[in-house]
Amino acid sequence: MPFTKWEDFMSKSDVTRRGVLRTGAVAGAGLAVPTLFTASSAAAFTNEPTGSSVTLGFNVPQTGPYADEGADELRAYELAVEHLNGGGDGGMMTTFSSKALQGNGILGKKVEYVTGDTQTKSDAARASAKSMIEKDGAVMITGGSSSGVAVAVQALCQEAGIIFMAGLTHSNDTTGKDKRANGFRHFFNSYMSGAALAPVLKNAYGTDRKAYHLTADYNWGYTTEEAVKSSTEAMGWETVNTVLTPLTQTDFSSYIAPVLQSGADVLVLNHYGGNMVNSLTNAVQFGLRDKQVNGKNFEIVVPLYSRLMAKGAGANVKGIFGSTNWHWSLQDEGSKAFVRSFGTKYGFPPSQAAHTCYVQALLYADAVERAGSFNPCAVDEALADFEFDGMGNGPTLYRAEDHQCFKDVLVVKGKENPSSEFDLLEIVEVTPVEQVTYAPDHPQFAGGALGTCNPGA
Amino acid sequence: MFGLNKKDTTLLIIVAALCAFAPFLLNPFPEGSDMAQFNAGYPDLMQRFVIFGIFAIGFNILFGLTGYLSFGHAAFLGVGSYAAVWMFKLLSMNIIPAIILAVVVSGLFALLIGFISLRRSGIYFSILTLAFAQMSFALAYSVLTPITGGETGLQLALDDPRILGISQTAQGNIPVPGLFGMEMRDSFEWAVGSWLFTFNFGYYICALIMLISFYVSIRIFRSPFGMMLRAIKSNQQRLNYTGLNSRPYTLAAFVISGMYAGLAGGLMASMDPLAGAERMFWTASGEVVLMTILGGAGTLIGPILGAGMIKYMENIISKINETILHEWFYWMPDGIEDLLVAMVYPFIGKGWHLTLGIIFMLVVIFLPGGLVEGGQRIANLFRRRKAKKDDTKGTTEPAE
Repeated sequence: MPFTKWEDFMSKSDVTRRGVLRTGAVAGAGLAVPTLFTASSAAAFTNEPTGSSVTLGFNVPQTGPYADEGADELRAYELAVEHLNGGGDGGMMTTFSSKALQGNGILGKKVEYVTGDTQTKSDAARASAKSMIEKDGAVMITGGSSSGVAVAVQALCQEAGIIFMAGLTHSNDTTGKDKRANGFRHFFNSYMSGAALAPVLKNAYGTDRKAYHLTADYNWGYTTEEAVKSSTEAMGWETVNTVLTPLTQTDFSSYIAPVLQSGADVLVLNHYGGNMVNSLTNAVQFGLRDKQVNGKNFEIVVPLYSRLMAKGAGANVKGIFGSTNWHWSLQDEGSKAFVRSFGTKYGFPPSQAAHTCYVQALLYADAVERAGSFNPCAVDEALADFEFDGMGNGPTLYRAEDHQCFKDVLVVKGKENPSSEFDLLEIVEVTPVEQVTYAPDHPQFAGGALGTCNPGA
Repeated sequence: MFGLNKKDTTLLIIVAALCAFAPFLLNPFPEGSDMAQFNAGYPDLMQRFVIFGIFAIGFNILFGLTGYLSFGHAAFLGVGSYAAVWMFKLLSMNIIPAIILAVVVSGLFALLIGFISLRRSGIYFSILTLAFAQMSFALAYSVLTPITGGETGLQLALDDPRILGISQTAQGNIPVPGLFGMEMRDSFEWAVGSWLFTFNFGYYICALIMLISFYVSIRIFRSPFGMMLRAIKSNQQRLNYTGLNSRPYTLAAFVISGMYAGLAGGLMASMDPLAGAERMFWTASGEVVLMTILGGAGTLIGPILGAGMIKYMENIISKINETILHEWFYWMPDGIEDLLVAMVYPFIGKGWHLTLGIIFMLVVIFLPGGLVEGGQRIANLFRRRKAKKDDTKGTTEPAE
């Protein structure tokens, strides 16, 4: 951990700290005092690792509604650390197109880690991230299973001069209006879900459909509803109604009943996690899927799917379309290598949350290797417009303008005859990256600015 | 001193000393040692200790004195945070206007909610405040998204006006909260041998404000107004029959306590410029009740101790994971090591709530007066021993 020794402090004469620079123009009066309070300016950037090891912070939900995802993320991180330090079978390091990683830690420093519980609350997540930065000297924070938390922690890391590698976060805002120069997202987003789903829905259900949206009443719900709405309307669907449901709702019967009266023939559930499990179960129990409306079969669509959710909803997911970032049944070399080493270690296949977190940890390590420094600005440069392959999603681009990864998106369907408790989804289509790419200033991502990288003190 | 009696002055000086030397007291273990895990002397946690101390002191003015159990106090904390962040967005990054607005807005909000809720007492009052707080949470989470930022919380942006300050720094970053040129996160680190002590500017600002709040709270406790509040707690009906209208007193206590919560919220935003709706969730309101009862409701220093205890558990115990446990017990034979880890594991990391619950139960059952009662019992133990010694010297006690 970098620190100023007492002697340094006594002899230090130049006061070139950002705060002083900034306020020099504002208040000359303060100038005499700050020498007392200047922090570790001996280091070039926050938490520069000086010893033989480097500490990463894994900030995941261990309690609360996304604890399952969090536990899987932590498993993936532990696996990534093992691989980075040269243990295990190397996993995706063997298939990754960049060969900078040697299996000797990062830049020769052994990778160590600290863990924290975000509780899926912005405050708790920031407190946990702050303690990693201030107490444990973490040089990178990663993880999380909710956009609210991702955005909050990303802003904190920007302020502190730490790199943030987002975990599972699907809202457009993470790399849209709330994007930050020190934050990076590998996971896909609401817009991509909409763009990938639309053509598949068109083929399956036709262009003359009336959609009814039930949307979780928070940020992610809004962006997902907007994305699905605009891409389905573009192919001719009509949106009959959109209804917001409270995040804490567990019984959706009162929301399902009006759907039948509305004349809609497709129900879009912009729900995630427990919300989706409950709303889908309610909808199926109401017999929506056996109904005929406007002379067509009534259909249900779930924009964001995950295996853990499919497991919760059980047989109700059969035949229901949705999109996902990655699925363990993919047959490319990267996915196979990852599933193999994850399965060997834990005895079951990884979830998409585990995959994105594992990949993020490797991408960070690789960027540091290539940049030759842990400095956030050097990492920023190494990741900007970085193209890679072999990480399970085909050729991928980390776009410089918004720090979003662009890659193929999977459209999946609940399997009719699952062969095991993990084999719940089947891949319907791999939507090519061109189809889900958008301009950085797309209206759904408007507002906010990336800013410049902040290396901290 | 300052119009306090000798005992209260001593208490104030003790609290001031604890605050001033907190960086030493909370970092008793050398860096890099196994025990460093239990060090709590880093800026964020020290700030939280004193900020939640303020919150609990304020809550105690209502609960400890009048006996009105508000189950929605977090709403004021949240409102204070939002007010402060809006000040940072619109006016400047100086924390003074932010804190002032936070206190004023939460005071007004408390006046409104108190005016309605205080028509009832006992459980009905608790439920009313809980309902209001949950309403505030629901509003902040969704309907009021343009004002509160919804799920993602209210954050600063590069294009905020900040009419008295600057929208962004020369390097293109968002400025950080400060006080006349000093940044809240500025800290000075002092390494002594293998120990490392961090003196953070923001922490000392918070600590100073907490001392002032603590002083004001002592004055309220000792004032005729405080006496009136105690009278309400002991028997409100009898007080009403004497022809006194107790409503203005309870309302005043409610508003003061709401302003304390707003102050805490404003300070939280000043240390970390983000306000999230979860701050208003009912569990956050419950937490301050826990803090006050754990430390000792109705005592002066109890709530501060309770706040410290809960925040310590939340931030330190919750970060111990299985790997660290294995490191601790590595010197034991393999089987016993695994057994020990398996036994301890449910109580650390994500199980910190369980540990907290057990401690809370033990405190409520064996020390109904909270940690303060524990301290008093220990003190009495010594005093009694001393008294016995005096006996042997032959002093006579007056008969009962």
